Amino acid sequence: MGGFKVKDGKPVLLKMVAGIQQNKDYLGEVDGLIGDGDHGMNMNKGFTMFAEQIAAKDIGFTEGLDELGNLLFSKIGGSMGPIYGSIFMSMAESIEDLEEIDTADVSKMVNAGLDGLHEVVKGEVGDKTLVDTLAPANEALKQAAKAGKSLPEALEEMKAAAAKGRDSTKDLVAKFGRSSRLGERSRGVLDAGAVSCCIILTTIADGIVEQLRAGA
Amino acid sequence: MQRILNNPDDIVDEMLKGFVKVHGDIVTTTDNPRVLKRKDIPAGKVGVVTGGGSGHKPAFIGYIGENLCDAVAVGEICSSPTAAAFLDAFKTADRGKGVACLYGNYSGDNMNVKMAVKMAKKEGLEVKTVVANDDVASAPKDEQEKRRGVAGEVLMWKVGGAKAAAGGNLDEVIAAAQKAIDNTRSVGIGLTPCTLPAVGHPNFEIKPGTMEVGIGHHGEPGIEVCPLETAAQMAKRMVDVVLPDYPFVSGDEVVVLVSGLGATPIMEIYVLYDEIEKLIAGKGIRIHRGYAGNYFTSLEMMGATLTVMKLDDELKKLVDMPCYSMGIKQK
Repeated sequence: MGGFKVKDGKPVLLKMVAGIQQNKDYLGEVDGLIGDGDHGMNMNKGFTMFAEQIAAKDIGFTEGLDELGNLLFSKIGGSMGPIYGSIFMSMAESIEDLEEIDTADVSKMVNAGLDGLHEVVKGEVGDKTLVDTLAPANEALKQAAKAGKSLPEALEEMKAAAAKGRDSTKDLVAKFGRSSRLGERSRGVLDAGAVSCCIILTTIADGIVEQLRAGA
Repeated sequence: MQRILNNPDDIVDEMLKGFVKVHGDIVTTTDNPRVLKRKDIPAGKVGVVTGGGSGHKPAFIGYIGENLCDAVAVGEICSSPTAAAFLDAFKTADRGKGVACLYGNYSGDNMNVKMAVKMAKKEGLEVKTVVANDDVASAPKDEQEKRRGVAGEVLMWKVGGAKAAAGGNLDEVIAAAQKAIDNTRSVGIGLTPCTLPAVGHPNFEIKPGTMEVGIGHHGEPGIEVCPLETAAQMAKRMVDVVLPDYPFVSGDEVVVLVSGLGATPIMEIYVLYDEIEKLIAGKGIRIHRGYAGNYFTSLEMMGATLTVMKLDDELKKLVDMPCYSMGIKQK
């Protein structure tokens, strides 16, 4: 099985959109417990606008990520605009010349997303943010690339690491953003950004694997 | 939820349309639908810009006006404007003397303003910032840089806007606004929660018969939940949080601003003001000017905030300067 052909990426992008749309209420509920409850609706608004924007377009994965990043950055604002805007635009930039991406490229892409995020906001593992999802996912991909694992295998491992990272936020005390004002009261609840980040990484992984199967 | 709504997703854009229709003598639209500006920004002055999430009316657009803010970036409900909106607001307000961006300490606003300032610099536009952090309840004094900006922002805009109108250069405007916020402390008491229109239900609870001291403008929990008290007791509680923090002491001259959170009748705000005035005056602190009304709200939350700013000669002069906006009209 070869790599993932980025020109076949539109279904992957639409899978991400569907993932956010289907989880709109859930994200709102999670955010409502320690934030102001608008994470689901803001993400849904941005991703739905993106789906409408690309509906009639023949668009590849890389170009789509860049467009999504730009849209969140320029239209949604909040904290999520700059955060996901930077992540997606940085991801797109890191793979912009590639027609086909393999395990090492996906690893490079997710790593670039994490670097892009750090340009906007500091935040380490353990701060109860989406970094708790993104960083272990990045680590899992690095290990998989080093071990020469196939893309589907690597993506499975990334998904597992992302989910584990997301779940780890439940017992943490928030250090960043609005929920950091809560101190101990933020413990016991998942971080909404960690949840949405896990949805995004999981749907990207599933979408890529589906495309690989369809092409195989 | 008993609301006057079309599609909740469109509430901000529709609100802006109505606002411009009513206050067309003061504000006008720009090329960016999420940026409003003062109708006639005088030439040769420092631009004053603010911005923030919607749902705090009259903040933020209500403070566009004569001797106040020149342009405002508008965000979704309780959610920061985009960096692009801040950048467009900077460009709109610039009259060649640079721009002072005076905003509140929230993570989204910090990120978007930071990015917008960077982008402005690339375009050769000088922007300096002051971040309001007047909310005593949101962090201990030794972590003051973490505190939120609340109704004290109104006094920061008043002072910064007046300094710009008086011909101050960018550094002087920034210094005056910084002094205003450094001399200002606030605290809020919430009696009921608020509901984001697109969410449809409150995401936290204030049980009937209780109140939350130190609540934030987005319903961020406060420092204490206690049984509902009389206006006099609430006033004492607020004064006891605010005065020792600065500290405000006998002989000081101050501005007092009491703002409703959105659903409390203004009648009750005057009751609270009266109680607060007695306590502050009783401590030998002279109230040079008082404001009571809905200055910085949180949708339909019930409750109020108390803001106190210590004056010196410069602040006094700037606070006294006449201004005209939807939020404050002062002769």
